Amino acid sequence: MEYLIQVLNGIQYGLLLFLLASGLTLIFGIMGVINLAHGAFYMVGAYLAYWLAKMTGSLWLALPLGVVIALAIGVLLESALIRRLYQRDHLYQVLLTFGLILIFEELRSILFGNDVHGVPIPPALNFSIPLTETLSYPVYRLFISGVCLVIAAALYFVIQKTRIGMMVRAGNSNREMAQVLGVNIPLIYTLVFAFGVALAAFAGMIAAPVSSVFPGMGNQILIICFVVVVIGGIGSIHGAMIAALLIGIADTLGKVLLPEYSGVAVYLLMAAILIWRPQGLFQAT
Amino acid sequence: MTTHRRGFLQALGTLAAGAAIPSGPLLAQQPKIRIGLMLPYTGTFAALGTAITNAFKLAVNERGGKLGGREIEYFTVDDESDPAKAPENTNRLVQRDKVDVIVGTVHSGVLMGMVKVVRESGTLLVCPNAGAGVATGAACAPNIFRTSFSNWQTTYPLGKVLMDKGQKTAVFITWNYAAGNEMLEGFKEAYTKHGGKLVRELTLPFPQVEFQALLTEAAAIRPQAVVAFFAGGGAAKFLRDYAAAGLKGRIPLYGSGFLTDGVLEAVGDAAEGVETTLHYGDGLSITANNAFRVAYVRAYGIAPDVYAVQGYDAALLLDHGLGAVKGDVSRKKELIAAMEKAKIDSPRGAWTMSKAHNPIQDFYLRKVVGKENLVVGVAHKALADPARGCKMA
Repeated sequence: MEYLIQVLNGIQYGLLLFLLASGLTLIFGIMGVINLAHGAFYMVGAYLAYWLAKMTGSLWLALPLGVVIALAIGVLLESALIRRLYQRDHLYQVLLTFGLILIFEELRSILFGNDVHGVPIPPALNFSIPLTETLSYPVYRLFISGVCLVIAAALYFVIQKTRIGMMVRAGNSNREMAQVLGVNIPLIYTLVFAFGVALAAFAGMIAAPVSSVFPGMGNQILIICFVVVVIGGIGSIHGAMIAALLIGIADTLGKVLLPEYSGVAVYLLMAAILIWRPQGLFQAT
Repeated sequence: MTTHRRGFLQALGTLAAGAAIPSGPLLAQQPKIRIGLMLPYTGTFAALGTAITNAFKLAVNERGGKLGGREIEYFTVDDESDPAKAPENTNRLVQRDKVDVIVGTVHSGVLMGMVKVVRESGTLLVCPNAGAGVATGAACAPNIFRTSFSNWQTTYPLGKVLMDKGQKTAVFITWNYAAGNEMLEGFKEAYTKHGGKLVRELTLPFPQVEFQALLTEAAAIRPQAVVAFFAGGGAAKFLRDYAAAGLKGRIPLYGSGFLTDGVLEAVGDAAEGVETTLHYGDGLSITANNAFRVAYVRAYGIAPDVYAVQGYDAALLLDHGLGAVKGDVSRKKELIAAMEKAKIDSPRGAWTMSKAHNPIQDFYLRKVVGKENLVVGVAHKALADPARGCKMA
C-alpha cells in the first residue's frame, strides 16, 4: 500500500514537472532559444498569483488575469530583445536571459520585498481524501495533476494537429524555407515565445498555493526543467511528458529507497538515458 | 600592509596613553572605531541582513553614536550569501578598510570563509547569526565571537521536551546539509539520552521542497512525534504540506524555531499548535525586550525578529568590551577578556559567553498561536554548546 502511494506521489510530482517544463519545451525545444529566464517567469507567475489573488480575492480570477499579463510580458520581451538573437550563437541567448533573471529578481525585491508569502488554496479544493489511517491526499494536488494532463493534451494537439502547429514545426526545421513559402515566421515566433512565458507563469500561479511564494523560487526549478526537456528529446512534447513522469518516479523512489543518494538519482537517470540515446527519448516530430 | 597596520595601532596606543592624562582636546581627536558590516543585503537573506544592521545601529544610536565611548565609522559590504566571495570580501575589509571589528554574517558557508581570514589577520569578528558549530568548535579562536546560537543548541532542548510529553518515538525530517545535520545531531543526542528512540532520519537534498515522499514515509512509520528543520520558503511549504497530508493533528510536529519564524503570515493556519525551541520568541515579557521592541518599531516601523535581537546583542557585546578598555582597540587581550566576561542584558534574556565564545543562553519552548510564536516556557536553562574540538573550551 505504501509503495502504491509512493508511486502515486511520483506520478503526481512528474505531472507537476511537466507543467513546469512545458513552457521551456516550447521555447527551448521548438524555437531553439536557450531560455535561462524560464524560472524567472515561473516566479513572476507565482507573485502575480499572490498579488492578483489578494486584489481580487479569488485565485480563479487571478489565473486568467495573470495569464494575460504574462502573455503581454512575453510579446514585449520577444519583440524588444529575444528577436535579435535568433541568428546568433546560443551564448548570446544565455547571456541575455541570464540578465533577465537578475532584472526580474531585483524587480521582485523592489515590488514585493524578500518575505515568504502564501496564496490560499481555493475553498472548493481545500480538503483532503483519506488514504490510510494517518495519511490523506490533498485534493488540490490532484487538481494540479488534472490541469497538467489537460495542458499536455492541448499542447500535443495544437503542435501536431493544427495548421498553426504545422507552421511552428516548419519554422523550427527550416526557418528560411518556411518564410519563403509565405509563413509569417516573426509573428509565429512572437506568439510561441509569449505562450512559453505564459505557460511558465501559469505553472507558477497554479503551484503557488502549495509551494508558497518566495525569493529565488524560480532558480530551484530551472535545472530540473532542462533535465526534463533534454531527457525527453529536444522539441518533443510527448517525450517531455514521459521524461517528467520518469523523473518524478525516480526522484520519489530515490528518496524512499536510497535517501543518501536521492540528490543524484535524477541525474544518474539522465546520464544513463543520454548514454543510451544521446538525442533523448524521442525525436522532435 | 601589516607594518602599516601595526603603525596605525601603535599610533592609537600612544593616543590612548595620552588620553590617560586628562586632556580634553586630545581625547576629542581620537579616531573613530572602524566597524565592518559584512552581511547579505541582496538575495534570499537580504531581510535578515537588514534586520541585523538596523538593530546594531539602533544600539549604537542609543549610546549617542558611540560604542565604549568612541565614535563609530561603518564600512558596509554586501556578502550576497555567496561563500565563493567570502574570503575576498573579508580581505577587503581587513586590508583596504583596515577595520577594527567585523560584524557578520547570516550564511554559514560565508562565515567559514570569514573565519579563515580573521584567524590569520587576528581581526575581531562578531557573528550575529550563522550557526555553524565549527566556528565556535574546531575552528574557534580568541578573536571570534558569536552572539546568536549554534545549530546544535536550537534542537538539543527538544529531546527533553518530547520525552516530558511521553513521546518516545520520533522521526526527524530535514535538508541533508550542514545546518540540517547539526540540528539532527543536537536533537538525537538529547532525545536518546532521555530514553527516546529516533526511528528514522528522513532527509532530502537542499534546497528541494518536494516533501510528499517523505511525508508518506513518516505516515507509514507512525512515530509519536515528527521533528523538522527547514527555513524560509521551504519551511512554509513543509508546514502546508504537513497539514494537507492530514498529519497535522494526528502526529504532533516539533521543530527548531526557524521552522516557524518569519513564515506564519504565509502558511495560514497550517502551523497552528506547532511547538519549537529557540532563544527568542513572541510575548517575552523582559524589561530589556519591551524597551527594545518599542525603540525598534519607533526607528524602523516594523516589529523586530530574532535576527534583530542577535544584531543588537553584537553591539551590546562590543560596547561592553570597548568600555572596559576605554575604547582602546589596541589593548586587544583585555578587550577580548572583557568580552568573554560580559553578561549581556539582551532582549532575549540575560546571557553570558562560553569559553568557546558562543552564548550560554535560555532556550524557550514556543507554540504557534495565530500569527505568533508565543513563548510558553523555558525548554532548557542556560544551555551551552558542547564546542567539540575547540581548544579554548
